[in-house]
Amino acid sequence: MADMSPCKVKMPEQDPLVRNKNFKEVSLGYTPEMAVAEANRCLNCKNKPCVSGCPVNVQIPEFISLVAKGDFKAAYEKISETSSLPAVCGRVCPQESQCEGKCIRGIKGESVAIGRLERFVADYYMENFEKQIPQIAANGKKVAVIGAGPAGLTCAGDLAKLGYKVTIFEAFHTAGGVLVYGIPEFRLPKKIVAKEIDGLKKLGVEIMTDMVIGKVLSVDEIIDMGYEAVFIGSGAGLPMFMGIEGEGSVGVYSANEFLTRINLMKAYLDEYDTPIKKVNSVAVVGGGNVAMDAARCAKRLGAEHVYIIYRRSEEEMPARKEEVHHAKEEEIEFKLLCNPKRIIADENGYVKGIECIKMKLGEPDASGRCRPIEIENSEFILDVDSVIMSLGTSPNPLIRTTTPGVEANKRGCLIVDENMKTTKDGVYAGGDAVTGAATVILAMGAGKSAAAAIDEYLKKQ
Amino acid sequence: MYKILEKRQLNSQVTWMTLDAPFIARKVQPGQFVIIRIDEKGERIPLTVADFNREKGTVTIIFQAAGFTTKKLAQMNVGDSILDCVGPLGMPTEIDNPKKAIVVGGGVGCAIAYPQAKALHNMGVETTVIAGFRNKDIVILEEEMRNVSDNYFITTDDGSYGQKGFVTEVLKALLEKDNYDLVIAIGPIPMMKFVAKTTEPFGVRTIVSLNPIMIDGTGMCGGCRVSVGGEIKFACVDGPDFDGHKVDFDELMRRNSFYREEEAHACRLEESING
Repeated sequence: MADMSPCKVKMPEQDPLVRNKNFKEVSLGYTPEMAVAEANRCLNCKNKPCVSGCPVNVQIPEFISLVAKGDFKAAYEKISETSSLPAVCGRVCPQESQCEGKCIRGIKGESVAIGRLERFVADYYMENFEKQIPQIAANGKKVAVIGAGPAGLTCAGDLAKLGYKVTIFEAFHTAGGVLVYGIPEFRLPKKIVAKEIDGLKKLGVEIMTDMVIGKVLSVDEIIDMGYEAVFIGSGAGLPMFMGIEGEGSVGVYSANEFLTRINLMKAYLDEYDTPIKKVNSVAVVGGGNVAMDAARCAKRLGAEHVYIIYRRSEEEMPARKEEVHHAKEEEIEFKLLCNPKRIIADENGYVKGIECIKMKLGEPDASGRCRPIEIENSEFILDVDSVIMSLGTSPNPLIRTTTPGVEANKRGCLIVDENMKTTKDGVYAGGDAVTGAATVILAMGAGKSAAAAIDEYLKKQ
Repeated sequence: MYKILEKRQLNSQVTWMTLDAPFIARKVQPGQFVIIRIDEKGERIPLTVADFNREKGTVTIIFQAAGFTTKKLAQMNVGDSILDCVGPLGMPTEIDNPKKAIVVGGGVGCAIAYPQAKALHNMGVETTVIAGFRNKDIVILEEEMRNVSDNYFITTDDGSYGQKGFVTEVLKALLEKDNYDLVIAIGPIPMMKFVAKTTEPFGVRTIVSLNPIMIDGTGMCGGCRVSVGGEIKFACVDGPDFDGHKVDFDELMRRNSFYREEEAHACRLEESING
């Protein structure tokens, strides 16, 4: 009989006012006892609604019943059948709109804490077991993967398991994509990402860093090197700006720049060379996970006031609920239904304030969210010394402009068919490069589908 | 790892270095740059490629020991390796068949002006080089520049070598005397600004090569954004070359000085020279 407690077993966390001064992980993870207790809340539904909410089809009730039995190793192996990055997904997936959103227990009370259990299982396995490297018979075929982010890593892992010789070409000096440059240490420790990537290398995946495809090599040249198929998982890396007055002022960053300095370049640690400015009062414009990450990083760098400026209400915020909750606990100040009009600089061109206007919600727009409308004469000024623009990102044009035959839509997203194949034979794509900025898990799902499609294609060659 | 194959001091501050980077050497064009990172804890800094050898698989960088990383790099020796070298990045300089061109180099900016002059010269363009320095002691690439130009002028601020004064004075005199269809200016931001101001009344197409603050070099961070003709452009992917008559140099100068207090962690070559 399942434990009918209406609430999830609480996740131990660092105290908000302690953690907002360090970069250590916020959530500390379940103990084995907590995991078993939470697993006992699962009803083990026959029709598995949770699984239908998972882009990579993790066999959720099965792994949870193994957790309930205390067989954490078997639970890990169950997850691994379909997911290549469980320690990552357990931390960063928007569970509330995926698996947990479909959980029957969520109708009366809280859903089963699927994400926390996945994380526990992955962490427990990493700590206690050495990953078994399956014996794989090489099939002698080479596949190239462009981009070592969630889509590329997943695609590479799946293909390697099928016997392909996979090379990943990564533009940065470190593999991981958004997992290393975007998501902060306190939400996703980099040693976890490194461990997952090590696992791929053990499967025989080769990772070539410092390779900006479209510059150093074209997709056609990669094909000429003997790669029989190519997967493009180059993400959506180009930051957007508002185009308002003062955006060129000193102290205005894209969230990408701010986060890359901190996460990839480790500018918050003294022993690293990359500089980061001391910030005292920061406005972060946007309401997504990236905005929350930037705001919480700014707080950790010692900012006294960090504001989130978002033009709609909390209801419409695209960020994970947990991130919004954590941000509030950490004393991030939310200025909702506000939109920046201009950035004000001092006589030296340094940011000294941001003028915003109050908004109200109108009719729903094309996105289904209520359209924000300016309230006349409601302008006000926030005194800030830094502004971080977190308005979303779009795909990098480097590959589409250098690969004849690969077409993109007017937003710059690569066009693919239902098998993730681009308009060029042998070339597949997935993740943010196709969808525009989305989530880690959707990119992983796309990488997975593409790997299956590439396998089908190459079997016929 | 990218091995240092050759190293030479061009003056007390400026180092010439050749790196083993075969993938980059195969593709790089004049005007493009690389991003280097010396070691695990290093920062990423952009350096324009000064020369390359496709057969040997090498690229040459010339840099002034101005910031933290360039100082560290200057202390490395032949046989040492740097951890990362990414490129070729940025767009190659667009040169559409000019007949007569002037290349203006300021200080260590001559290192970047050199491949431009060389490319023009090899295309059969009548190429005039104006090289400006603070004083005689820091003159670099004089012979190399003479070899790839039809006319070579040198100025020093203090008159210790060549003509006393600024490059803009020589430039103005040339433009008044004759017709030119292209000016390329590379050097400290104030120099590029005043070169553009000088050429504007003559209506000569003027290309400047910018080197703003940058991290990834692929369009991702937006740190290198510059206002060009009122639009936001990213120097790393849209540039580094831009129409000198449209660049907002004052904004660029302010943005480039942002991290100066953090110690001269600066990634730029030019701003500490001549200015």
